Amino acid sequence: MVVNFKEEKLANKVKQTVGQPSTEVAKNIVYDTRNLNLWYGDHHGLKDINLSVYENEVTAIIGPSGCGKSTYLKTLNRMVELVPSVRTSGEILYRERNILDKNYTVEELRTRVGMVFQKPNPFPKSIYDNIAYGPRIHGIKNKKILDEIVEKSLRGAAIWDEVKDRLNQNAYGLSGGQQQRICMARCLAIEPDVILMDEPTSALDPISTLKVEELVQELKKDYSIVIVTHNMQQAARISDRTAFFLNGEVVEYDQTDIIFQTPNDQRTEDYISGRFG
Amino acid sequence: MVSQKEQKTSSVQQLIANSRNHKTKKIVEKAMPTLLFSAAVLSILTTFGIVFTLIFETFEFFKRVSITDFLFGTEWLPFSGKEQLFGIWALIAGTLKVTLIATIVAVPFGIGSAIFLSEYANEKTRRIVKPVLEVLAGVPTIVYGFFALTFVTPLLQELVPSLKLFNALSPGIVVGVMILPMITSLSEDAMSSVPNSMREGALALGATKFEVAIKVVLPAALSGIISSVVLAVSRAIGETMIVSLAGGATPKFNFNVTDSIQTMTAYIVQVSSGDAGYGTTIYYSIYSVGFTLFIFTLAMNLLAQYISKRFREVY
Amino acid sequence: MRYMDDAVVMKRMAKRITFNKVWKSLFFAATAFALVALAILLYRIVSQGAGYLTFDFLTNFASRFANKAGIKAALIGSLWLMAVVAPVSIILGVGTAVYLEEYAKKNKLNDFIRMNISNLAGVPSIVFGLLGLTIFVRMLGLGKSVLAAGFTMSLLILPVIIVAAQEAIRAVPNEQREASYGMGATKWQTILRVVLPAAIPGILTGSILALSRAIGETAPLVVIGIPVILQFLPNSLLSQFTALPMQIYDWAKRPQEAFQYVAAAGILVLMVVLLLMNSIAIFIRNKFQKRY
Repeated sequence: MVVNFKEEKLANKVKQTVGQPSTEVAKNIVYDTRNLNLWYGDHHGLKDINLSVYENEVTAIIGPSGCGKSTYLKTLNRMVELVPSVRTSGEILYRERNILDKNYTVEELRTRVGMVFQKPNPFPKSIYDNIAYGPRIHGIKNKKILDEIVEKSLRGAAIWDEVKDRLNQNAYGLSGGQQQRICMARCLAIEPDVILMDEPTSALDPISTLKVEELVQELKKDYSIVIVTHNMQQAARISDRTAFFLNGEVVEYDQTDIIFQTPNDQRTEDYISGRFG
Repeated sequence: MVSQKEQKTSSVQQLIANSRNHKTKKIVEKAMPTLLFSAAVLSILTTFGIVFTLIFETFEFFKRVSITDFLFGTEWLPFSGKEQLFGIWALIAGTLKVTLIATIVAVPFGIGSAIFLSEYANEKTRRIVKPVLEVLAGVPTIVYGFFALTFVTPLLQELVPSLKLFNALSPGIVVGVMILPMITSLSEDAMSSVPNSMREGALALGATKFEVAIKVVLPAALSGIISSVVLAVSRAIGETMIVSLAGGATPKFNFNVTDSIQTMTAYIVQVSSGDAGYGTTIYYSIYSVGFTLFIFTLAMNLLAQYISKRFREVY
Repeated sequence: MRYMDDAVVMKRMAKRITFNKVWKSLFFAATAFALVALAILLYRIVSQGAGYLTFDFLTNFASRFANKAGIKAALIGSLWLMAVVAPVSIILGVGTAVYLEEYAKKNKLNDFIRMNISNLAGVPSIVFGLLGLTIFVRMLGLGKSVLAAGFTMSLLILPVIIVAAQEAIRAVPNEQREASYGMGATKWQTILRVVLPAAIPGILTGSILALSRAIGETAPLVVIGIPVILQFLPNSLLSQFTALPMQIYDWAKRPQEAFQYVAAAGILVLMVVLLLMNSIAIFIRNKFQKRY
């Protein structure tokens, strides 16, 4: 299975260098959501969601607060289950297997799907231990391999140069923006297939935000990324596709250019132009 | 170049796949909740252990001593050669005297210092006083007992010449000092959680700090303050070493505080440190006294919980 | 027309301000009362006990003669007691706290466990002594041993440790757990590697304070029937032993005046032990204070 990913990724690489991103090429689907419904107790949080996430793309999810965008993201790695009294129906196929199936081991899913959270949440451990956390819980103990993984992940998150001399210092000593990139590096350390990002820049200053955005652009070469954001400009800048959520429904989902330039739905246009939200 | 990178990408996931020990992981995941649950159940077993121990041995006691004599008698003479008397009120009177004196000492001083710390003191004073109060709360009761016997009693004898060496007054005052930090700290917590906006509202109308404390903060924090007092009273009822050392060993049903007394706890200590043989009536009597004590403190604790739940202010 | 008469208001104002000042000093006096009481208590004990606190006092066994009496057996005995109480109460206490905070669902049984723990915290220590006497000393036949007393003390301080550990665990932000789950960690891995390490300073501080309560606790030991005049040290968990507060109690109630000073010296030893434990707790609290 692992080998398969590799080939698919390679295939995409070729297409990307040749092709034009705005024309539809037959890309591999990573996530295929079919008729997903979700309830928090009596509250119908997500209504009949149908949405496909494509490989090596940045998929942005936008919408006003409370529209279900974070809930949907957290359903993709089943973190939503941490909230008691959540029920779902429908299916989410990840690499053609339904992750909502109770037989799907949730730990395995989360090993393949990384997540970056709204507020930087490094562990109160050293930078090194933060990055090595994932590999360690999955049984990688060899010091040399861990060293390599840590360096590679920190480089991947474009923060190696800033922290390479203080890997043993507590990650809490870093600035908010650095902490968030540490969290991204921590996520890269298990080399996931997909990275989910839940408003990763909402707690950051503009310069840190810019760095994280550049990083997202860089990362999509190797990973598929789903990003929830309340910042429409951000979605326009960094994503290939955008889904607009409203009241738990997908109003419109298309290539980002289309959503921002020629939306089909009036509500999308109202939201994009700042009439509400 | 690209292929090498891809190679590495798979390598971590490959390593993970290889090293995963699903079986042990699954067993640990399943076993831990059960293991931890059994630790939690131990606390229930402790309560059952206490209740059943007290009930069984008390039952044994009532086979030898009439329950009405116990519940309504006012004379406690277990060591009498002729006729043993087990009227619990003589011991309850001792406990109540000490508790009452302790409450009279601890409530005004405790709440007063809570008001000072929460409403008047600056951050620096609070940072010094609160740890000192913690120290006071951490002093072992045996030390307080020694202090009552060797310092407070002689001091009081200077003021009240009729005071006996063993009496209710001295241990009562010292128990009051012992429970004081508890009242201060819990009441201060309750007052500090009254939101500042309420204080500001009153201050902006020209109220003095005293008026704010008495008319705004105190009523808002009342349930917390009362439950802290009830908890402290419960602690005073169960206090053992101070009354054993300074209270004496003569249970009497009266309201004289200058004379030697015996509390419920002190009686248990007296019998335990003596040589009352296993199986004698005196041996079983300590369980009946313990049971009475348990009922008293349980009632107080439930009352405190009820007060703080029922009247909790939600800000 | 104005309803407020400035003259009346100002006249009352002066009174109110004086009132505030008087009460402020009364509240301050109330606070000072506790501090003065502590100061007198410490001064008395140091002035009485310091003279008797010699090297011989630390290395002698108990004696009928005040000038030969020593605290060796009690000091070592208390250490043995702690060797049982610390592991038993911390393992059980932290285990219970982890269960209640991380695993327990909201149901009647778990509500009962919670309520039970807070009630257990209010049970007088002497009642725990009766439990220990019946269950550990007699039913399980452990006798007046280190183990019997240790189990009794562990149950006594268990609620304190549970509550402290619960608070420490609750203080670990949920984002930390989410980060760990997000990497594919299992629940137990998350607890063991993220939650507990972050909660350890709080757990340790609370546990040490609870242990210092156990080391000064006398009543359960009296009820269990721990002997006081021992001429030997315990050599196993089933040996008889004596402990610091027991020894002090015995000295304090002797009629000879000289023993008052011996008791004060014993209290000094106990207070130094407590001071050490509390300093460690404060050190841990300050050293590991973490920022989220």
